[in-house]
Amino acid sequence: MKKKQKQEEQLIIEDITDTAPDALEKESDEAKEAGTEPARADQVKPDTLREEPGNEDPPVVIDMKGITKKYFIGQPNELEVLHGIDIKVRKGEFVAIVGQSGSGKSTLMNVIGALDRPTGGEYTLDGVDMFRTGDSELSEIRCKKIGFVFQTYNLVARTSALKNVELPMLYAGVPMRVRSKKARELLNLVEMGDRIRHLPDELSGGQKQRVAIARAMANDPSIILADEPTGALDSVTGRLIMDIFHKLHDEQGKTIILITHSPELAAECERILTLKDGVIINEQKGSGRNAVL
Amino acid sequence: MLFFENLILAFTALWVNKMRSLLTMLGIIIGIGAVIAIVTVGNSLMNSISSEMSDMGANNIVVGVQARESEEESDGSGMRFETLRGAKIPMEKDLITDEYIRELTAEYPDEIKAVSIDTSLGDARVESGRNYANISLRGINSGYMGANNIKMQAGSEFGSKAYSDGKGVCIVSDRFVSNMFDGDNDKAIGHKIEIEMTGRGYKYYVFTIVGVYEYVSQGFEMQAARDVSTEVYIPISTALNKNHLKGYTNFTIVTKQGIDSDAFALKVKEFMERYYHNNRDFTISTFSLASMVSAMTSMVGTVSTAITVIAAISLIVGGIGVMNIMLVSISERTREIGTRKALGATNGSIRAQFIMEAIVLCLVGGVLGIGVGIIGGAIGAKALGYEASPTASSIVAALLFSMAVGVFFGYYPANKAAKMNPIDALRYE
Repeated sequence: MKKKQKQEEQLIIEDITDTAPDALEKESDEAKEAGTEPARADQVKPDTLREEPGNEDPPVVIDMKGITKKYFIGQPNELEVLHGIDIKVRKGEFVAIVGQSGSGKSTLMNVIGALDRPTGGEYTLDGVDMFRTGDSELSEIRCKKIGFVFQTYNLVARTSALKNVELPMLYAGVPMRVRSKKARELLNLVEMGDRIRHLPDELSGGQKQRVAIARAMANDPSIILADEPTGALDSVTGRLIMDIFHKLHDEQGKTIILITHSPELAAECERILTLKDGVIINEQKGSGRNAVL
Repeated sequence: MLFFENLILAFTALWVNKMRSLLTMLGIIIGIGAVIAIVTVGNSLMNSISSEMSDMGANNIVVGVQARESEEESDGSGMRFETLRGAKIPMEKDLITDEYIRELTAEYPDEIKAVSIDTSLGDARVESGRNYANISLRGINSGYMGANNIKMQAGSEFGSKAYSDGKGVCIVSDRFVSNMFDGDNDKAIGHKIEIEMTGRGYKYYVFTIVGVYEYVSQGFEMQAARDVSTEVYIPISTALNKNHLKGYTNFTIVTKQGIDSDAFALKVKEFMERYYHNNRDFTISTFSLASMVSAMTSMVGTVSTAITVIAAISLIVGGIGVMNIMLVSISERTREIGTRKALGATNGSIRAQFIMEAIVLCLVGGVLGIGVGIIGGAIGAKALGYEASPTASSIVAALLFSMAVGVFFGYYPANKAAKMNPIDALRYE
């Protein structure tokens, strides 16, 4: 399995040297810089941007071509879960991925989020070729470029909300004072500012998920990956969580990829990808608007 | 920075599972505690011995009559026991006489500072009304007080006249005075005491007290202070008269400053052996206190080493316990590890976290063990009658060693955690 992967990696390396990876990275860096102050003005009205095709499109942050994922490679029970997925996500998009269980949603999510390596294809995340990274580089990507929100919250037990939010910054090497200040700000943003000392056990599901979202935002990632974030919540609380995602998208221009079972929630996103048996079978536009508002 | 965070995490983990942590640490506590206690007791013992030795004078050489291992006895049946041979009692002709000692001191005037001779007359109990004191009666020469560091509290030592004419004078201890005269030295001096010897037939002596010396506790007293037997000194000539003896079984040479007492002991042995050249049963043996000290030191060292090895085994067992509990902890916290990895923790930071946890577990065990060891050592030293003196080096060594145990036995579980696949860890139920 490794041999095969290496061969592929080599091929890709040659490929990339042709297209100059530095240029790619520079581009994204510029985009990042631009995304701070002056670009914010554009993003306040993202719809006008997108509706005028003459304007330059925002940079692509996720670029997948023919991604496959196999398990038990070389064994009799070899299993291919993803059969060549092509996805392009631009900065500031709000994308929903829907599909039945077993359709490969979670596997795709793990591949996008650098938790798992794809078996074949091409994948560039924010200018970084994911086939050329080692374990520690993957850790760094997860740390700085991606914010995870899980269905089961996955807050670290016996650790206060504040410390949970600080965690990604801890691994990013942010100094303690800055960490604490930023974590408080983020908790205020998700309206959990009055519960920063609470332990996960002392919070309700919705509250935990809000802390988890604050944690996902800790290192200002370019992408937020939410794996059924409302799956374990009742509809009212789920609504609140969904509103937070809208807020992050509309006000901060975050790129959000949401996995969900619910067609209503998916309809609120700008783009809906439907996955079935490891293939994207449908792509359609959503309203990009909170249905209730 | 991560170091500090990991430290807090480790203490939190330890505190959350207090009981489990304590049980895990038990092996470490016992191991470290045993080492510290043993080292403390051994050290106290050595301190006490060496201070006693220097009281007695480390440059003293003891010269004594020793039974000869005769060839006739050792062949023959070959079934003679050591004890039988050792039980030979020196007769009049076998004893060391004043003449031998005089010749020895004349031969080595540059080496010998003083000669101390004493002979015991046995134990007795002195009574007067309701007062009593246990004593043992000992005849001494002029060198004895100096060689044994005995200090006078009142009155005076025996003059040369007392030594030569065998007058009925004695020196008693301050404890004797407190038992018999309510501690009034002036009242005691000049007072006559009657001594009835208890062993080996009835003997009755009367002596006049001329001085009081300061009794120094030997450290190991089984009886109440009042009942402790102290020595009553009389001139050696008097003692020889009473015993009808003309010589001694042993005496002590105090060497001058800067003399190698080990080497000089051999010379003395050579010199004295000529008096015993024709003696079939006895010869002369010498030994210096310096050699005795080193023998004792090495013996204590051997015992300490043996017990330390046993303690090290206990530490290894404790370390395995730590490893075991770390494995349990890691499998309990698999999801947490997965989450941390998803949030950007590198393998290295996960490894560091769990190694730190193992180190903290061992280190806390080590600190508790040091506490147990110091208390145990103090109790042990007190039971033996010595001042407890724990050594800083053993404490530092214990801390370092318990840390090393943590690193060694924590590495495997920590590495296992570090190498977990984040997805599998996140999915773990």
